[in-house]
Formats: sequence, C-alpha cells, structure tokens
Amino acid sequence: MLLIPCPHCGPRNETEFHYGGQAHVAYPDRPDLLSDDEWAEYLFFRDNPKGLFAERWVHGTGCRKWFNVVRDTVTYRIEAVYRLDQPRPELTATTGGAR
Amino acid sequence: MSTTTTTKPLPEHPDWLWHNPDPKPSYDAIVVGGGGHGIATAYYLAKNHGLTNIAVLEKGWLAGGNMARNTTIIRSNYLLDESAAIYEFALKLWEQLPEELDYDFLFSQRGVLNLAHTLQDVREGTRRVNANKLNGVDADWLSADEVAKVCPIVNVSPDLRYPVLGGTFQPRAGIAKHDHVAWAFARACDRMGVDIIQNCEVTDFVKDGNRVVGVETNRGRILAGRVGLTAAGHSSVLAARAGFRLPVQSHPLQALVSELNEPVHPTVVMSNHVHVYVSQAHKGELVMGAGVDSYTGYGQRGSFHVIEHQMAAAVELFPIFARAHLLRTWGGIVDVSPDASPIIGATPVENLFVNCGWGTGGFKATPSAGWVMAHTMATGEPHPLNVPFTLERFVTGALIDEHGAAAVAH
Repeated sequence: MLLIPCPHCGPRNETEFHYGGQAHVAYPDRPDLLSDDEWAEYLFFRDNPKGLFAERWVHGTGCRKWFNVVRDTVTYRIEAVYRLDQPRPELTATTGGAR
Repeated sequence: MSTTTTTKPLPEHPDWLWHNPDPKPSYDAIVVGGGGHGIATAYYLAKNHGLTNIAVLEKGWLAGGNMARNTTIIRSNYLLDESAAIYEFALKLWEQLPEELDYDFLFSQRGVLNLAHTLQDVREGTRRVNANKLNGVDADWLSADEVAKVCPIVNVSPDLRYPVLGGTFQPRAGIAKHDHVAWAFARACDRMGVDIIQNCEVTDFVKDGNRVVGVETNRGRILAGRVGLTAAGHSSVLAARAGFRLPVQSHPLQALVSELNEPVHPTVVMSNHVHVYVSQAHKGELVMGAGVDSYTGYGQRGSFHVIEHQMAAAVELFPIFARAHLLRTWGGIVDVSPDASPIIGATPVENLFVNCGWGTGGFKATPSAGWVMAHTMATGEPHPLNVPFTLERFVTGALIDEHGAAAVAH
C-alpha cells in the first residue's frame, strides 16, 4: 500500500485516496476549433511513462481536496507532492527508462 | 463439466522444446515480445502464411510476463458483437489446439459462472446471455439454486450482504495450463524454423523515413521487413521508442494462489459485484484474481489492500475457503485501453504493427490474437475479426465499449 503525503493532512494510507490519472491535462482553450485528431488526443491519449509521472490524487476520506504527485512508476516511490496552484517541481529520474 | 479433470496428472516436463539461436542479421518479420500473443503470432505467421524466416525477440525469458501471471481463464461470453466474434474464434481454436500442437496443455472446459448479486447484475447477465446466443456463443442464465447445483461450494444463502441472485454460465469456457500453452506454441514455432531469441531487448527502431526496417537490441541491430509489437504492459514504452503514442495505461494486476487442496471447485466462478474470480488449478491450488490497482505502474506488484478486498469477497462467497492459506501473490503489468478492448493493426509507422490494449483479459484470446496479428503483418491488411479494433477508432469514435459489458469489471 502506498503511503501518500497529502499536502493538507500529512501522510495517510492509500485507501483514503482515489487516483485521478495524469496531471496537467488542461481542457482545450477553444474546443470548437479542435480537429478529430486533437479531440482523440485530449480524450483518450495520456502519457504512460516508465519512470517519473505527474499524476492527480484526491483525499476522498480526508480533506477531499485534489492535489498532484510525482511518482516513479517503477519503484512506486513518491518523489514530490504539490498543491494544484503550485508548478510541477523539476526532478530527474532515479530509475532507468524514463521515456 | 466434470471434477475428474482436476485429478489428472500434469504433463511430463520436457527437456528441450526450442533452441536458443543467436539473432541473424535480418529476418522477413520480427515479433517483439515473447509472451503468449507473440509466440502465437509467430506460429500463425509460419503456419498460415508460410513466413518462417522470422524471429520472436523477448527481453526476458519466454512467457515470463503476463503469460506466467494470469489466472488462465478462457471464455467468450462478451456482450458486444465485435468482442464475441474474436473471443469465440479464440475458443474454437483452443478446442483444436491440443491436437494440432500435439501437446496436452490441460485445456479443461469446466465452464465459467458469472454471478449476479444485484438487480442490475441480473439485467446485465440476462441481456448478455441473449446477446451471446445470437452470436453463437453458448450461454445460459441460471437461478441461484441452479448455481448451487453447478458449484455446490458457492454460498447462495439470502443472508449474504450481496446475495447470489443467479448467474450466467458458459459450459465451453474453462482453464488451461498457461506455461504449457506457451511451450506448446514455442515448440511448434521452433520446428517450423522460427528463431525464439530470449534476453534480447529492443532498445530502438531502425527507420527509413517513416518505414521501419529493423530494430536495435542489446544483442545488436536486426533488420526486418515487418515488425509487430506484442509487448502488453510495455507497449507504450516501445511505441514511444518508435515515435508514436498509444491510448493505453499500464496498471499492476495482481493474482494469488492458495496452498494445494483436495478438489473442491468444479468450475470457474467470477463475481463482478463483490469482485473476485476463482478456479482450482489441476494441482489443487485455488487461483484467484480481481481488478487492477488504481495507479499506473510497471513494478509487477500492487498494493496489499487490493488482495485483502478480494479475499474478503472470496471468503464471503466460499465459506469453505476461510481456513485456506495464501501461498503466493504476484502482479503483472496490463495495458488498459479507454474502451477496454484491444488495439490490433497498423500504426503511424509503416510496416510496424501493434497488438496491445488487452488489459486484464488477454490470455483467453492468445490464439485469435496471434491469428489476426499474423494475418495483419503478413498481408498488410487487417483480418475481418480485427477490422473494428484499429487505433483509428479513438479518432472516429467507433469505440467497442466493453467497460462494464464484458462480464467483468476492469
């Protein structure tokens, strides 16, 4: 089980959280201008890296707030946690194959 | 359905089923990924299309990924026409493969029960039985009493938190001994001249413009006329190396076995609502699985609370399991697509084909995935069965939405 450091409540068990997938996927500025390819990209295509991944979690049974985590998808180690109003921290991969 | 198959002795462990050749400088076709789907693809490339100057490249050992980690369930009772067609084709191949490959890999058609615990489950189940029948897939709706007749150890008491209200039953479904399936295909490939190359990781792709002409590996450059990717959880990693994206997410999927027990479980039971699936292997272990871990990951392991949840479901459904001991748990990496259906066909790179996105259900499709992938690679055109399963469907919107419709939660 992951021990997830909620930026508001501190470290809690993974069972208190829900996963929200890739972080920083913004709703298109002008959806009316998107081509079919761009819509497909927005709706269905997400990064799936082997290595560092910025992702969203929500503390469902705690503060109920969304926040972002940078986690290594090989070791599952959480390398950074930050609020939605904070930028993604610059990190370098600690495991191989981070492409 | 019979319990006698449970006590059947295991096949002798054979000495050598395939050679370990060094890679040649070039092949007519290369299959990347030596799991079940990869070996089956090579088998049908050789058998159906006469392509024998081909190689399967496996970064680890043959069939050591999801082929060694699944719960061996084989069924074809999917709701949607496109899915029923490809899975039923697989089931028909399973029925002839032990003889064709001259290898008894203990394919046991002991049936699969999909239990219903809510009114919605009942409606979904009866609808799926009707859809299955229209597609020529064997299926019956069973009442709770009939469920108990098929599998007496299921607790059908109305006192359960989620009582068994009935279930669907596919008698031709069942299990097979997964390792032996891989070895059977591998031996047949080897006999036809296919090179099975283990410990050979593809690190990059050699391209001429937008056309793939070979691969770079840790054992040197290998040229190839066509390349097929059958790498399951690592499909996105390979696609990135080839310069395109796939709409799949890799998740850990865990399974587990108990210690060996006397034969008590005559069929396969799947419960979507309380979420566990259980069969008993020929040796006697109870084999159980459930859903993926929520987060993405390549670690071949997941979180323990997922195991705990499925154990709670198993003990509620099968009180007789309460004192069974857990022997082993493990995880594999499954590539889940947005509509829970596979992606089989061309990629944005010329002569590069992909078979991925099978998510939690790839083992049962091993023969048909190999068949249609071989057809696609050999002819450059999809087989009629994989026409609907293109990568383009995520642009056109013609999804094959098996999420929640495939008799199992994803």
